Amino acid sequence: MLSKYYPLAAIAIIAIVTCMLRFVPFLLFIGRKTPKAIEYLGRVLPGAIMTMLVVYCLRSTDICGTGHGIAELVSCVIIVVLQKWRKNTLLSIVTGTVCYMLLIRII
Amino acid sequence: MRCNLIRWNKVKEAIMKTIKKAFVASLPVMAGYLVLSTGFGMLLASKGYGVFTSLAMSVFIYAGSMQFVAVDLIANSASLIAVALTTVMVNARHLFYGISMIDKYKNVGKGKPYMIFALTDETYSLVCADNDMNSREYSNYCLYVSVFNHLYWITGSVLGVLIGMILPFDVTGIDFALTALFLTVATKQWTETKDHMPAIIGAVSSLLCLFIFGKDNFLIPTMIIMIIALYVLRLIRGDKDA
Repeated sequence: MLSKYYPLAAIAIIAIVTCMLRFVPFLLFIGRKTPKAIEYLGRVLPGAIMTMLVVYCLRSTDICGTGHGIAELVSCVIIVVLQKWRKNTLLSIVTGTVCYMLLIRII
Repeated sequence: MRCNLIRWNKVKEAIMKTIKKAFVASLPVMAGYLVLSTGFGMLLASKGYGVFTSLAMSVFIYAGSMQFVAVDLIANSASLIAVALTTVMVNARHLFYGISMIDKYKNVGKGKPYMIFALTDETYSLVCADNDMNSREYSNYCLYVSVFNHLYWITGSVLGVLIGMILPFDVTGIDFALTALFLTVATKQWTETKDHMPAIIGAVSSLLCLFIFGKDNFLIPTMIIMIIALYVLRLIRGDKDA
């Protein structure tokens, strides 16, 4: 039988570990000049991380399953085209999400 | 006296301008966060937890995907060690956000600890890009964006529990808002830069690792390969602007 404090303890641990992960890079280089190699990473990582996050979000897409990932593909194409065309972040996100939610109910 | 008043008005005007700028920039995150955190709250309510748990998680953990995983862990009474290890796996990417923000957040003032704590995927996507703000304006902008996003997240997660307790309804697919946000930012970055290699390296290494390691374990190998590839790129290019 788990203690009634178990959820709280779990939440506290998750909060502390997450916070540590967020603070470590900043604490490592406190008070000294950031090395050139790390500066370089800081410049190129944003671009690389963003495409990684897209893949991360789509990781559960089941190409062999019922929908064949068509809903994901169509919605993503719509988002990219819309963003290139109108350059309105909010519009791209809302349209893409609504489109996805409709498609998974139709297909 | 009058001079001070004029100066104060000028400062106030500048602050309001930055708040407005931060708010407008945060609107897509507002949409994504409200939707996602409402979904999170509803999920939590469906497992029998209430507003207090939801609030505690969204205020102190404040990490989107981890909170969804946490609901699962807690509902299944996972051991506290498993909870800690899973957190490291799911949130290790935050190390990389930190690395790329060390210089940008160097002199952001008193709000710095909070801004580091609140550096989520979405906040990162709004503050990481190069911009034409001066350093003071940028510091304030980042702080306001962080606070706005945190508030959206908290609001949604409380709302979600309440909705989930009153009427359960089908929100399947709503988490696609996150995918949409990242894809939009990636598209924007792609359009705004001439150097597409980092984005290509990110995509190729994550797809490669997804294929090799499977969807549950590919994030950490991806980040290792990504960093190696980025350094190889730097070597090939001969360090010219580093």
